[in-house]
Amino acid sequence: MMKTDFRREPLYIAILAVLLIVGFFLPSWLRFLLQTALAGGLVALGVALQMRAGLVNFGQGLYYALGGYAVGMLAAQAGITDIFILLIAAVLVSTVAGIVLGLLLSRYREIFYAMLSLAVSMILYGLLVKAAWLGSTDGFNIPPVSYLGWTPDRAVRPDIYYVTTAVLTVIACLATARYLTSGAGMLCEAVAENEIRLEYLGASPRKVAFIVIVVASALSGLGGGLLAMSTGHVDPLMTNWTTSGGFVFVALLAGRGSTIAPVIGFFLLELVRTYALDLAPNAWQMILGLVMLAVILLLPEGLWSLIERRRKA
Amino acid sequence: MKLRTLTLGLAGAAVAAGGAMAQDGDPIELGIPVFLSGAASGPFGLPQQNGATVLIEALNAGEVPAPYDQVGINGRQVEATYVDEAADPVQEYRNLVERDEVDAVVGYTSSGNCKAVAPLAEELQQLTVLVDCGTPQIFESVVTDPTYLFRTGPTGTIDSVGAVRYLMDTGVDMSRVAGINQNYAWGQDAWADFTGSLEALETGSDITTEQFPQVFAGQYGAEVSALLTSGANAIHTSFWGGDLEAFILQAAPRGLFQRSAVVMTTGEAAMQRLPDEIPEGAIIGARGPYSYFAPDTELANWFRETYEAEYGNPPSYPAWKMAQAILGLKAAWEKADSDDPAEIAAAFENLEFETPAGTVRMAIGNGHQAIQGIAYGTYALDDEGNPTVENVISYNAECVNPPADQTAAEWIEAGFPGADCE
Repeated sequence: MMKTDFRREPLYIAILAVLLIVGFFLPSWLRFLLQTALAGGLVALGVALQMRAGLVNFGQGLYYALGGYAVGMLAAQAGITDIFILLIAAVLVSTVAGIVLGLLLSRYREIFYAMLSLAVSMILYGLLVKAAWLGSTDGFNIPPVSYLGWTPDRAVRPDIYYVTTAVLTVIACLATARYLTSGAGMLCEAVAENEIRLEYLGASPRKVAFIVIVVASALSGLGGGLLAMSTGHVDPLMTNWTTSGGFVFVALLAGRGSTIAPVIGFFLLELVRTYALDLAPNAWQMILGLVMLAVILLLPEGLWSLIERRRKA
Repeated sequence: MKLRTLTLGLAGAAVAAGGAMAQDGDPIELGIPVFLSGAASGPFGLPQQNGATVLIEALNAGEVPAPYDQVGINGRQVEATYVDEAADPVQEYRNLVERDEVDAVVGYTSSGNCKAVAPLAEELQQLTVLVDCGTPQIFESVVTDPTYLFRTGPTGTIDSVGAVRYLMDTGVDMSRVAGINQNYAWGQDAWADFTGSLEALETGSDITTEQFPQVFAGQYGAEVSALLTSGANAIHTSFWGGDLEAFILQAAPRGLFQRSAVVMTTGEAAMQRLPDEIPEGAIIGARGPYSYFAPDTELANWFRETYEAEYGNPPSYPAWKMAQAILGLKAAWEKADSDDPAEIAAAFENLEFETPAGTVRMAIGNGHQAIQGIAYGTYALDDEGNPTVENVISYNAECVNPPADQTAAEWIEAGFPGADCE
């Protein structure tokens, strides 16, 4: 079983922060990869949190898309370009969706939870595809954002985007670590282990599940908003089951031992993907698949188990 | 130590990425994103990659007929890096530009991908030629003041406008019209343009049914039934690839093509694949004057024969569009006679250049968007049983494209003001 000790989290997050500062000096394409991976990593973190409670969400893309579309629609259609308003809106929209859906979904476990969450995300996908005014499958573009009334120059825009994304990712990881050391966070594993016993102890498994769903939705909404800003484009694929499946995979691949694991795992996977594309444009999926298989076979507890193992030894 | 390995890895990647800059006399590097996986790879990606490969090979050998007989591009050899368009378009575009440092990006078939990379081309000041994507929004709303971004393929508007004109000009009864299009941006836009054109040309048509099955559904039994019972005289479809082939295979045996005049705007791509299944008389388009609709010029015949000699079958329209894009870039590059992207872009603006599919003019979108005519014809098998088209009517570029100062939607809405169809 994965360690449940999160007292070392501040140290890990500090390491992440250092890595992100080093990341600032990467070549621009690689830094951009890191930046989008951070956004996706937050969603994978949301999936990993739910996994701690035994809930496998195959529709986390729903909140990711809601965050992205909230930013996109406010910026492109309502003309609001201030990044702080946009990101708050992204988190707000997805959190509200998480609260509403959480009321329903927190009653379900295992395959029922996975399928229901998948179904809900595909309903949003269907709606977006039908919405010609939102560009249907083509999606739409998002204008550059401003920072409290300041619109950065084209030359420094990527730097500012990166810094914003990195800072928000670290803050989100800190907040998540704080949540994991709280009662509601620590009880997640008890929900996965034995709900009946948990109830006898006087805690409500439904409430624990509800809270983790809401926390995950907020994280994913932030991730979606950050991605929309970075790429300047949103489309319904964000809420397609293939995207959600990718997040589940990263959560498994990275391991659940730390909040920074899914974030780093997402980046490593994207790195493999982009080099596979470069090396074998016709067979990159195969390379990616083989890497995934190798990780599953050799590290069934995920990449993070490498670090856990070292600590135990 | 895991973290040290990671940091070292990142640092290593950083060093590897700062490779040498291209120098004068080095080959010109083209980044070519085409679909190498997924549903669009067979009908679009493969012919585009093949078309680019034969053309670049011939250019490097100096074997292309005039006016492209100069070796390579402006005397420099050309090298291509193909990348899968099915991956994340924004990331892969950045990789091409910032990691591989290509001189120009030539590619893209999906309108969604074109929309995503269009602003990036301007932001990174990277010479970029969009090949095949159809949405008119690129220069109408996404990038309204383009410098480095060009599209040498005409927009999807011409398909629908041309289809309505062809139906009218061949005397098809237009009182009852129906459509079947995939339920995503491409199908929705094509149908909107088609019905808009019906209104603009005052056909007084009654839309009996509009079917929007899921993209890549593959099964169209219910939709074909709906079309059969709708009593439509004319049916429009913008299906492509496997969906188009499935539709033909499922609709033809049920007599849909006998009962109604069916316009398939991308039908040309299915001709080589289903020569015996497409009913004769079905109305076929190629999204422009490509392939069977290409003019009888030395360049066109050379391209067709060279491609067929290499790959065993004649090029379908995506291959022609790829050739058009590369030749457009070559024409601009040689006109500029400079390796400065800004000068090449300036020469590309409003350029008029020869292609296997006739003369192309970069006439709209501030001189960054090509206009071309379109042709439709009916499917037939010639005496030797080879697929061909007959009853071809060609419409010139000014007839089916909006003028420079109007968006496609406005132009259709206003009833085609200024259209010159002589």
